[in-house]
Formats: sequence, structure tokens, C-alpha cells
Amino acid sequence: MALKMVKGSIDRMFDKNLQDLVRGIRNHKEDEAKFISACIDEIKHELKQDNIAVKANAVCKLTYLQMLGYDVSWAAFNIIEVMSSSKFTFKRIGYLAASQCFHEGTDVIMLTTNQIRKDLSSPNQYDTGVALTGLSCFVTPDLARDLANDIMTLMSHTKPYIRKKAVLIMYKVFLKYPESLRPAFPRLKEKLEDPDPGVQSAAVNVICELARRNPKNYLSLAPLFFKLMTSSTNNWVLIKIIKLFGALTPLEPRLGKKLIEPLTNLIHSTSAMSLLYECVNTVIAVLISLSSGMPNHSASIQLCVQKLRILIEDSDQNLKYLGLLAMSKILKTHPKSVQSHKDLILQCLDDKDESIRLRALDLLYGMVSKKNLMEIVKKLMIHVDKAEGTTYRDELLTKIIDICSQSNYQYITNFEWYISILVELTRLEGTRHGHLIASQMLDVAIRVKAIRSFAVSQMAMLLDNAHLLTGNTQRNGICEVLYAAAWICGEFSEHLEEPMQTLEAMLRPKVTTLPGHIQAVYVQNAVKLFATVLARQEGAGDRQAAQETTELLIEKLPQFVQSSDLEASCILQLIKYIQKLQAKEVSVSEEVSALFAGELNPVAPKAQKKVPIPDGLDLDSWINKPLREIESEDEKPRAVFQVEEPQHSRPRVPEIDEKELAKRREVRKQEQASNPFYIKSSPSPQKETANVDHIPVVQIDLTVPLKVPGMPMSEQYVKLEEDRRQKQKQDKKKDKKKKKEKEKKRGKGRRLDSAHTESEEDIAPAQSVDIMTEEMPENALPSDEDDKDPNDPYRALDIDLDKPMVDSDKLPVQTHRPTEGLKSPDPVAGVEEQDEKKSSKKIKKDKERKDKERKKSKEEKKKKKHRKSTPGEEEEGQVEKPAPAAAESKITALPTAPPTEDFDLDFWLSSAPVPSQSQPELVDPAPSSEPEEPKDEEEREESKSSKHKKQQHRKEKEEKSKKKKKKKHQDEGKAKSVQNGTLEEEEEPLPPMTNYSLLAENSDIKMVSTGQQGARMV
Amino acid sequence: MMHFMLLFSRQGKLRLQKWFIAIEEREKMKIIREMTQSVLARQPKTCNFMDWKDLKIVYKRYASLYICCGMEDQDNELLTIEIMHRYIELLDKYFGNVCELDIIFNFEKAYFILDEFLIGGEVQETSKLSVSKCIEESDLMQEVSPGMKDTLLKVISFRQQPTSRVQCRCSCFTEGKKAQVQKDG
Repeated sequence: MALKMVKGSIDRMFDKNLQDLVRGIRNHKEDEAKFISACIDEIKHELKQDNIAVKANAVCKLTYLQMLGYDVSWAAFNIIEVMSSSKFTFKRIGYLAASQCFHEGTDVIMLTTNQIRKDLSSPNQYDTGVALTGLSCFVTPDLARDLANDIMTLMSHTKPYIRKKAVLIMYKVFLKYPESLRPAFPRLKEKLEDPDPGVQSAAVNVICELARRNPKNYLSLAPLFFKLMTSSTNNWVLIKIIKLFGALTPLEPRLGKKLIEPLTNLIHSTSAMSLLYECVNTVIAVLISLSSGMPNHSASIQLCVQKLRILIEDSDQNLKYLGLLAMSKILKTHPKSVQSHKDLILQCLDDKDESIRLRALDLLYGMVSKKNLMEIVKKLMIHVDKAEGTTYRDELLTKIIDICSQSNYQYITNFEWYISILVELTRLEGTRHGHLIASQMLDVAIRVKAIRSFAVSQMAMLLDNAHLLTGNTQRNGICEVLYAAAWICGEFSEHLEEPMQTLEAMLRPKVTTLPGHIQAVYVQNAVKLFATVLARQEGAGDRQAAQETTELLIEKLPQFVQSSDLEASCILQLIKYIQKLQAKEVSVSEEVSALFAGELNPVAPKAQKKVPIPDGLDLDSWINKPLREIESEDEKPRAVFQVEEPQHSRPRVPEIDEKELAKRREVRKQEQASNPFYIKSSPSPQKETANVDHIPVVQIDLTVPLKVPGMPMSEQYVKLEEDRRQKQKQDKKKDKKKKKEKEKKRGKGRRLDSAHTESEEDIAPAQSVDIMTEEMPENALPSDEDDKDPNDPYRALDIDLDKPMVDSDKLPVQTHRPTEGLKSPDPVAGVEEQDEKKSSKKIKKDKERKDKERKKSKEEKKKKKHRKSTPGEEEEGQVEKPAPAAAESKITALPTAPPTEDFDLDFWLSSAPVPSQSQPELVDPAPSSEPEEPKDEEEREESKSSKHKKQQHRKEKEEKSKKKKKKKHQDEGKAKSVQNGTLEEEEEPLPPMTNYSLLAENSDIKMVSTGQQGARMV
Repeated sequence: MMHFMLLFSRQGKLRLQKWFIAIEEREKMKIIREMTQSVLARQPKTCNFMDWKDLKIVYKRYASLYICCGMEDQDNELLTIEIMHRYIELLDKYFGNVCELDIIFNFEKAYFILDEFLIGGEVQETSKLSVSKCIEESDLMQEVSPGMKDTLLKVISFRQQPTSRVQCRCSCFTEGKKAQVQKDG
């Protein structure tokens, strides 16, 4: 044996160790790959040896290579070998390698189950610790299921070192095996009051993470956390608790009221920026939940905004960033308080840090009003010109559009200006957001009827100058704009002054270089234009010209026929047919125009999805059926309209066929993806409200030199708008008899958003804006229910934790006793292993009992200390002992009592906010006021008068003892946690978490110190 | 919850990676590449936060080493900076004025320290003292328990020239602590 070991060590002498490997790699910079492949061969050789030290060394090297990006999955089994070494040195390396290399797909991972279980129950706390750490990285659903009970047992380990690791790892287990949450939760809750501050903070961490996902299940813990918050001095824990409250308050506004005071106190007192920031965030969440508007909360808002202003003004970029981030949260509910800091935010737009500029942009969204919109956008346009990176420029572009289009273009008073801004934006090179500009153009042109003629003239100009947009690259996103331009010119061609010119522009050979879908729109709208041109020419009696136009189309259209979209060839046929008719001297313009009759209205985003499929309609066979059938279903016969856009005229019958609905949704989606517009076959009520007759087309009182060959300048409109406003003001002063004024007023009244609060909102828009409501199918409601992601991993953890547990809420335990009726989920568990398990379990249980006893005695001591005059408490403590042990053997199915919890919460919340030092209502349950809770009352009386009733039910006992414990803690809460705090202080002379505040105060010093470090490094 | 923590050099060389979520190797590589690129591209004196997909990236530069964490949206950025700083402090305490070479040559130690400080993406121990105590104790176990270790050490030290400053310091460190622990015991 000794010889073998010596032999091994001599072998090892010639092996490379990790340091050699690292040095070797650094020395072989030019042929690194070759060196490493040689090393891997060596490692493979080493792994074949029996000596575990050699193997561990090899695995250690592999871990390093894994970090460099080399695949080491082939060594998974060797890693497990090293993991199962009895020596800590090697075990540690094995687990490290496993945690770096293993993932859910690693097939050998199932072999580790028993090894991990053995390590978890090892008498050496570091063995257990290493196993827990490793497990946290590679836990799989199978491992979680098999080991959940073992880890849960470790949550009550004697050593806080193990307890806190076990508590934290439980979160990973919950995620992988959600069924474990219910049975493990009572114990997790217990850990919130663990004597060790580390365990306590671990439990807070886990519950905070859980509650962020499913807050409603954790509301009942609010009193407990409130107590922790008011008593804890550890900022790490405080931040988590305050974050947790931030998640809870939206569900329970009363909680928010209670929180405001302690939080504002903290804001005033703390020096740690991280804590301050978290407090401000939670206060904001509270204020959002209390948006009903309590007058006395304006003070807290002011406080928050003030503190944030200090952050933003700070020279530290991090604080500036976070200040802006938090500001944007306030903005949603209290825009006015933020608006007063407009100067500061505009200043941040000039910051050299891009992240900060982006955050400032977010804020701008809420700062605009009718008065300053143009000014702000002008500033942003200057930034667009200056912006160096495309990402930032794209962000600016989206923000400009967001700001302008928010709440149905509420702040835009002059749409000519907006259109010209959009046109200016098309000059941006290399932007990805061409489609965004395009959809804005379409939206404005469709919704704002008064602007159409202006829009059409601008779009015609764009089409004319299309070569400027398409530029050199075909992948240029901006050419999407041409899609909108072509469509607008086609659809509203009656506004075109020179349709012929535009038609020619649309048929230029260069168009064929555009993407297919744009070509399709070009062709389709060329025909619309053609219809208009034809109508005008025939109206003027100029048949010759009309025939020439047809000739032009027939000549030009074939260039599109090669395109993948069908539009071109079928339209070519149509035109040929028209030519034949024209040759017979038939007047065709009326019929051609009839192809495009009817108004296209905007459709609500989810309207398509909500259209019910009529009964007898089978979408799969639809295309093959003769068109005549569909025509007959349609109310208005529209000549050959269906040839053009068959998908628009789908008849709608309000019956839903559930089965077919799902089947066809996919088909429809695809079909409609290519077509953004949808014509309703019957007029909806919304359409009636948007009656065209009510909207007088206001003359644009200022003629603008539009024929400038370049692009329009939005600045002109800014000036013109200012003049207009001035004039308007004067007009208003004089008299309101003017008809135009009235019309404007009427136009304004029809707007969706009534923003009459501010005086500046008196500015009437230049165009009477007809914001049409988006259409939805009858009886369909816009809802968000289908937005939820069914694959959300946290959904499974949405478990009502206050419900009493049922038998199914058990963790699977590997056991040899069939009487418990539990399945043994591990397929590899053999007899031998079972024996092993048995013994390990015994040890575990012994340990647990010891642990329990120790805890109990501790608790008793405490009880003696704090309530010397309650003999019942003593008794309670003793009765408590067997209960958990019994529960242990029954897989710790500890029931909690929902009614009492609920009651507690209600009672706790309904009481007036109290100062943080004392919470009398927590101690004093006021027994007389709750007749509907006899059990609870009883219990409380017990605790007070020490009348202890013997043995009702074991489970009840358990519940009560827990209850007691809680109360006791509440009694002594202050003293105990102070003790915790001081403990922590003793351990560590530095006050926790002061670093950042120091860092924030004198960042220069910090920089110097890191700089020195840097000097030391080479 | 923290999703990952990366340490990389100014040249973009990865020095340490810790993943608290289970993702594929290829995806990891992609993230690492993107992180190093975007963090290294940041101008000096800008803020330490970035938005990346649905994560918040918090990074900090310590001399030639960057430390970079991916956090969930709701996490506290300043707390993350605090965590990173605490980790560097822990390394500093362990190695005694830590430098990049320490982490390169003793990367497993750096992992062990991290494992004692964070677990599953959450802080498990906020006290610097307890963390270093745990590390010392387990180091002690590692040094003492294998019987042949001393022999091996002799053999290895015979083979190697004691040029490595890092190693010398490390062994001094553990021995010193050993004595101290014995005294305590």
C-alpha cells in the first residue's frame, strides 16, 4: 500500500500540476491550441490511473481548460469519481469541476444522487457545505426531487453554516421541483426567526425571491417582515426586506400606509446609498398603490424627488443613472413633481455617458406638454444629428416617435410639423427603425383626416426622391418608409395634385431593387393611382391620354412580374383587360375606381385574433372555392374587388366554433401578416362616431413652399405654429364668434384624452384631429389574458401557502418501510444503498433531535429570561418537542392555520400606523373584539393567562406552539434583534454596507487605491 | 438573483466564471463574448450599469481586472456593486493584496472563496470574517488530511524552483493561519 502511494507520488512528480499548466499556456502563446491538445492527452492518461490524487490534479486542470472554452464533457464520469473521494481535498476539486461543467443535459448526473446524499449527511460540515454549493449549480429536477427532503432536514442543522446554505439552496430546489415548496415552507418561515443572523438573512433572501414572483401568497408574512425591518440593523437584510415590501404593497394598499413612516425615517437617517435607493423605490411603489391620492403623501413624494435630485446632481455617474431610473417610476403616477425638474433632466441629455442619456430620454416621455413638445423634439433632432453610435441614434428616433405619438398624439398641435419631422427622420442613414417611421406615417395619415392632403404631397415627394432613401445598400431599413409613402399616395390619391408624376415615379425601373413586399405595395398602389388618373382624364374627356396611361402601365408592369409576390402579374392581366375595353371606347374609370371604393379604418391590435370564425367556413379549402360564393355573403357587391384583396372581405358571423378557431388562427395570422389593413363588412358604432361630415376639413391657413426639391424643414412649422398660437390667443381675446374657432373647439372636444387641467392645454390644435377609435369585432373585449407566458418557470411556484397541507404535499423520501406508502423515486437504489441510507438517516435524525433539544433549551432559556412569570410557557416548550419529531417522521407535514393568519394580517393592517419602536397591537390581540375566531382567541388567552388546555390534536399543538413562538418573538423582538445587530457588529468592526456611501462621497480616494493596485500589477 | 459573475482582464481574457442559472455551454460562450466586448467598449468615467436583454449588467474595474455581473431586473444595482466589491475584498484578504496573477494561478481558490460568499446567486454570508474563517478552516482540512501531502509537497517543491511569488505567499499564509487556529483551539 505504502509502496503504491509512493509510486503514485513519484508518478505525480512528472505530471504537470495546475500551475504548470497555466504557466505553459502563458509560455505557448503562439501555438496555444497545440500545447493544450497535448495537455489534454496527458490529462486523459492521468485520468486512467488509479491514484486519486493524480485524477484530482487532472480534473483540476480540466476545470481550468473548461474556463478557457474547451469541451470537457467527456470527463464527466471522472469528475464524479473525484467527487466521491473520501478526502476533502479531492472532493472539493471534484465538486468544483462538477459545478462548472455539469448542466441539466449531463447524463451521468443521475449517478451522483447517492454520493451527494452521503455528503450531505457527512459529519464534517465542510463536506456538506461543498456538496450543497455544488448542488446549487447543477441541480436538476430529478436531483431536486430526490434530495429535497435531505436538504430540508439540513435546514434545521445544528451548525448555522449548514443551515444558511441549505436555506438558500432550497430556492433552487423550489424552482426545479415546485412540489417541494408547500411542505418546506413552514420550516423556511421558521428560519426567518433563526437565532443566527446569517440564516435569517438567507431565509429573507429566499422568501424575497419567491414573493417577487407570486406576491399574493406571502402577504400573511407582512407583519413578521415589518417587525424584522424595524428591528434589523443589517443593511443587506434590510434591502431585501424593503424590496419584498415593494412587491407586496401593490396587493395591499393598507400595508403601504403602514410602511410610509418607517421608510421615510430610513430615507432621512441612512448613509448607505444602496439602502436609500431601495427605500425610495419602495416608497414609490407604495405611492403608486395609494394612487387614490392621500393628501399627506405629497410630502413623501417631495422627499423622494428631492433625494433623487441629489442623486442626479451627484458627480458619481452611477447615482445619476439610478436617480434618473427611479425618477421614471415616479413619473408614471406623479408627473407634475417630476416635471419641475425638467431643467436637470434636459441637462442629462448632454451627458457624455450613453446609459445616462438613455435614462434621461425615458423621462422626457413624461415631460412633454403641448407647449414644449416642439421645443423638446427640436432638441432631440439636434442630438440625432450629433449622435455618433447608431444604437443611440435609433434609440433617439424611437423616443421621438414615442413622445410624439403618446396617448393618441395628445400633445401634437400641428400635424404638418409632425409629418415633416417624420420626413426628416427618413434622412437618417442605417437606422433599423424604418418600419417605425413608416407605421407612424400610415397611422397619422389614416387617423388624422385633415392632414391627408399635406401628407400625400410629402409622400409624393418622398417617392420622387426615392433614390435618396434607397441609397447604396439594399438592406437599408429606411426603405420601409417607401412602403408607407406608396400606400398613402395610392389610398388618398384624390389629394394628389399631380398623380401622373407620382405614378411615373412609382414605376421607375429602380423600384425593382426594393424588397418584395415594398414592390407589391408599389404595384398595388400604382393601380390605385391609375384609377385616379383615369377618372380625371376621362372626366376631362381626354380618352387619348387615358389610353396612353394604360399603355404606360402595360409597358412598365412586366418588370415586376418576376417578383415573388403575386400582385404584379394579376394586375397586369387586369390592365390588359382595361386596355381592351378602352380600345372598344368603353368608359372604364368608374369601374376601376370601384375596385378601391370604401374607407380603410385602423384596427385594434388584437382585433384580428378576436374575429370569430363563422360556422360553415373552412379556411383550408377556402381558396379553392369559387369566388362567387363569397360575394354572395358580402353585403355590398364590389365588382372585382376580391381579386385585389380577397382577405379583406371575409364575412363575419358572430358564432364561434371553438375547435376550428384554434386550428385556423395560425392560418389567418400568416395570411394577415402581410396585410396590415382590414375592412369591416358592416359599419361598427365607432365608425359612426367618426363620421366624416362632422369633421370639417380646416384650411391650412398658411401656405408653405412645399415644392422645395429637398426635404421639408420642420423648423418652418415650429415658427408657423408659434405664429398661429399667437394669433389664436389674440382671436380668443377678441371674440369667439369665428366659425373656424368653433370647429376647432369641436374638434378638440372629440379628442379621447381630456387634458383640460393645465392652462397650457388651451392651445387648440391646428388640424381638427380625428382620432378614430381602433376597431374591434363585436362583443370582443381588449384583454391581456393571452399575453401571459405559459412557460414561466415561476408560475409553478404560485402555491397558496396559507392553506392547510394535504397528504399530497409531501416530499418523497427514500425509505425501506413500505408502511409509509411512499414511492422510492431513485431507480438505482439497491439494497446496499438502502442500508447505507438507513444508517445515514439515523444519524441525521439523531442529529436533528439533538439540534431540536439544543434549540429548545435555548428557547426555554430565552423564555425564562423574558417571561419569568409564565409557567404555561414552560409546559408549551416541552410539548413542543415531540410534535416536530413526529412531524419529521411524517415527512414534516406541518399544517398552518389560514384563518388566524388572515385575521392577523387584517387586524395588523387595519390598525393605525404606529411608530416603529413599539407595536402594541402585535402583542395585545384584543381578544374581546373577535368573536368569529374562537380558537385563536382561546390560544391568545392561553398565552396570557397560562391556562393550558391539554392535547386537542397533535397538529393543532404544533400550530399553536409556532404561534406562541411568533408571539414571543414579537414580544422580545426588539431586544433580540438588537442583540443580533450587536453580534454582527462584534464580528465585524466595519459597519456593514458603508462602502458604497463612502465610495459615493469621495470616489477619488477609491480610484487612487485601485490605481495603486493597478501599479502593482503587470 | 444574480445570473452570472465573470472576471476578465482588460485584454478580454476570462479569469473566472460562475453561473447561477443552468444554461448551455454554447450560450455561456456567447454571453461571455458579448459581455467582454460591451464592457470593454465602455468609456471610462461612465456609470457601471448597462441594460442587456432582460438583465441588468453591473460591472466594475479593479486595476486590470473587470468584474461583471448579470442581475435580474428588480435587483438593486448598488447592492450588486457592493457584492462585487466585497468579493474583491475577500480575495484581497485571502491573497494579501490580490492581483490578477493570484487569480490565474489559484483559480480554484478564487472559486472556493466565491462559493463561501455567494450561493445560488444570493449572498450567503455578509460578514467578511466568517467567510475567511470558513475558507481557512477548509483549507486547513485540505492541507492536513491527506497523509502523503507533506511528502508530495516536498517532492513538488524540490522539482519546482521557488520562483512563484504567489505560491510562496500562499503557503506562508496557510501556515500562519494554522498556527493561529491552533492557538485559538
